[in-house]
Amino acid sequence: MKDLLIVSASPHIRGRLDISLAMKAVILALLPAWVFSVYIFGWRALLITVMSIVSCMISEAVMQRMLGKKITLDDGSAALTGILLAFNLPPGVPLWLPVVGSVFAIVFAKQLFGGLGYNFINPALAGRAFLMTSWPSFMTKAWLVPTGSTLSGIDSITSATPLTLLKNPANFGPPEIIIQRLNEMSTIKNLFIGKVGGCLGETSALLLLIGGLFLIIVGIVDYRIVTGYLVSFGVLALILPTKANLPFHLFSGGLFLGAFFMATDWVTSPITKKGRWIFGIGCGVLTAVIRIWGGYPEGVSYSILLMNVFTPVIDRFTKERIFGG
Amino acid sequence: MTILNPMSKGFVGGIHLPENKLTESLAIEVMPAPKRVYIPFAQHTGKPAKPLVQKGDLVKIGTKIGESEGFISASTHASISGKVLDIKQHAHPVLGSSQCCIIESDETEDWASGVKEKHDHENLSKEELLSIIKDAGIVGLGGAAFPTHVKLSPPPDKPIDYLLINGCECEPRLTADHRLMLEYPVGVIEGAKLFQKILNAEHLIFCVEDNKKDAAKIFARENEEVRVLNTKYPQGAEKQLIKAVLNRTVPRGGLPMDVGCVVQNVGTCYATFQAVKFRKPLIDRIVTVTGNGVNQSKNLLVRIGTPIIEVINFCGGFVDQPKQIIFGGPMMGISQYAEDVPVIKGTSGILVTKEASIYEEGPCVRCASCIDVCPMGLMPTEIYKLVQNKKFLASKEYGVLDCIECGCCAYACPSKIPLVHYLKYGKSEVWRLSNK
Repeated sequence: MKDLLIVSASPHIRGRLDISLAMKAVILALLPAWVFSVYIFGWRALLITVMSIVSCMISEAVMQRMLGKKITLDDGSAALTGILLAFNLPPGVPLWLPVVGSVFAIVFAKQLFGGLGYNFINPALAGRAFLMTSWPSFMTKAWLVPTGSTLSGIDSITSATPLTLLKNPANFGPPEIIIQRLNEMSTIKNLFIGKVGGCLGETSALLLLIGGLFLIIVGIVDYRIVTGYLVSFGVLALILPTKANLPFHLFSGGLFLGAFFMATDWVTSPITKKGRWIFGIGCGVLTAVIRIWGGYPEGVSYSILLMNVFTPVIDRFTKERIFGG
Repeated sequence: MTILNPMSKGFVGGIHLPENKLTESLAIEVMPAPKRVYIPFAQHTGKPAKPLVQKGDLVKIGTKIGESEGFISASTHASISGKVLDIKQHAHPVLGSSQCCIIESDETEDWASGVKEKHDHENLSKEELLSIIKDAGIVGLGGAAFPTHVKLSPPPDKPIDYLLINGCECEPRLTADHRLMLEYPVGVIEGAKLFQKILNAEHLIFCVEDNKKDAAKIFARENEEVRVLNTKYPQGAEKQLIKAVLNRTVPRGGLPMDVGCVVQNVGTCYATFQAVKFRKPLIDRIVTVTGNGVNQSKNLLVRIGTPIIEVINFCGGFVDQPKQIIFGGPMMGISQYAEDVPVIKGTSGILVTKEASIYEEGPCVRCASCIDVCPMGLMPTEIYKLVQNKKFLASKEYGVLDCIECGCCAYACPSKIPLVHYLKYGKSEVWRLSNK
């Protein structure tokens, strides 16, 4: 029999971007920071990341199998969650910790809510928050000293990460001197390049900036969220009572990782243009408030998680303006 | 007259597409009249025409075979000379199937009386011009096939100051309008001037995209006002064109005449020129035949009612077993199920492909690409979810009726969700519910 013509809905051509390509682009953008983490923290950093990726992918496959869904490891979303979770862990945690975090991220935060597209909070950050409440000592103390530098990025102070020093300077020496050293140009430089202690993939503001700008240029990351986040945070870091200067605040901790790679997660951030501004600014304000007044030295992950929860409300009240309306 | 830049930065949204206009340098060829034509009575927006002929009647080229019925309707005419074989249901490119007049050729090229050159067109009144246009069955040839005489009859409280002539042809692959502008610019301009006279419009502007600067230069040389616009899809959509050229915004649910504008396609201008000058009804049109499934791509002048298989045979036949035949462009075209579907007034292109445009639909990942590209400021992802859940009234609040079905959203979607398909379905359901 003759082949019949195929009837399909218009449009009959489609753009090149698909989920898999987008995820691969994000992974590519994270690659410089990943390589750098192995350089400063050693092979353990690689091991942690691989453990995290593999356990995320296995969790995804097992869950999809159990739920009777198509297994979609090839879309790259589980692998990306694995990388982001590992980037948010201190490099000295025991190797089972990323496994537990990955299972929580994929099973509870993602698949039980319906899988890709239906999770209401960022799975990697949910995994981190779970580990933070369950094993706080690992999550706040298992730091590794970066190659060629110190934990604080300051040559004579070796006992704490920069943000911990800022939170409780008196625990580590004369407060005035500590604060003065934190604000020095050499410290800022180490922070910008990433030669400081911290979570595995968050230390190098420079490399994350390069990756992030790449994603903005190719149109995968929305500039509104990033700009709203960094500018609102920067303004508050200038006007709120804090002893550190603006560059210190911008380049320390997980701000760039959060602003470029976590807050901009498609699924859990608003879809309207106005909403993305609000979301970004909300993240910035919460991060500044937690860092400056809160109990934690760092506030990026909780700020983003909190704003994730507000996303549906933001979308609801910031509808796009219809042409001619 | 110089070529002016548009007054505004253009419209918001839209996409840059690979143009693939492979036929832009090919001159229009005339395809000989086919042995048999299938002329539907419904080729336009509005009520189908009422059949005027019966089985066995003899007709000539230009004989009116269907009379427009009601205000929004258009007449149809025989495109070949011969005998009416039958009037029955036949495959239709838009409606699936519809009442058609089947005419078998007598191999002559005899025209119905009255179809010859007239010299009175400069002295005709507005009313006479309108009745000639209506009688000739002229409809918008850009694709939507809206009856032209209706568009030219705005109510007295809506004065028109701008007439925009649409030569954007923003769909990829299509070059029918481009070739028409290059080869018959005088006819296009004459037709446009007739519209201007009917509408009493102060300004007449020819609008083309900047990939057709050669056409713009021709209009400029003829001392016409031309605007060259960005090559961006959907530049040729009425509301977007008016926004880009005049920075006027057609209100929601409104028409161009609400902001003092009328937009007419270049093909419609040419058809009108022929109708008025020669009393030639709309019996043929220019069609771009292209795609990797046909041996020779061509710009062809084809008689209305010609089955596509004959057009493709004239273009050297299929390369291989075709997978898809699309009427129109790749963005808004309609894929066909039968090879004997006739060319109708709205057929701007025939696209034959060896592969099918089938994509696996993934979950929405809320990337908002569809929102960024929507030229109407809609949120296609929200509307598609509402439609999927059969919340049609809510989808109306989200503006489903404002959708112009351009397809930008589905093109941009990384999950390959056929968004515009869901929106079209939502629209039809909203109409159905509001008619109850």
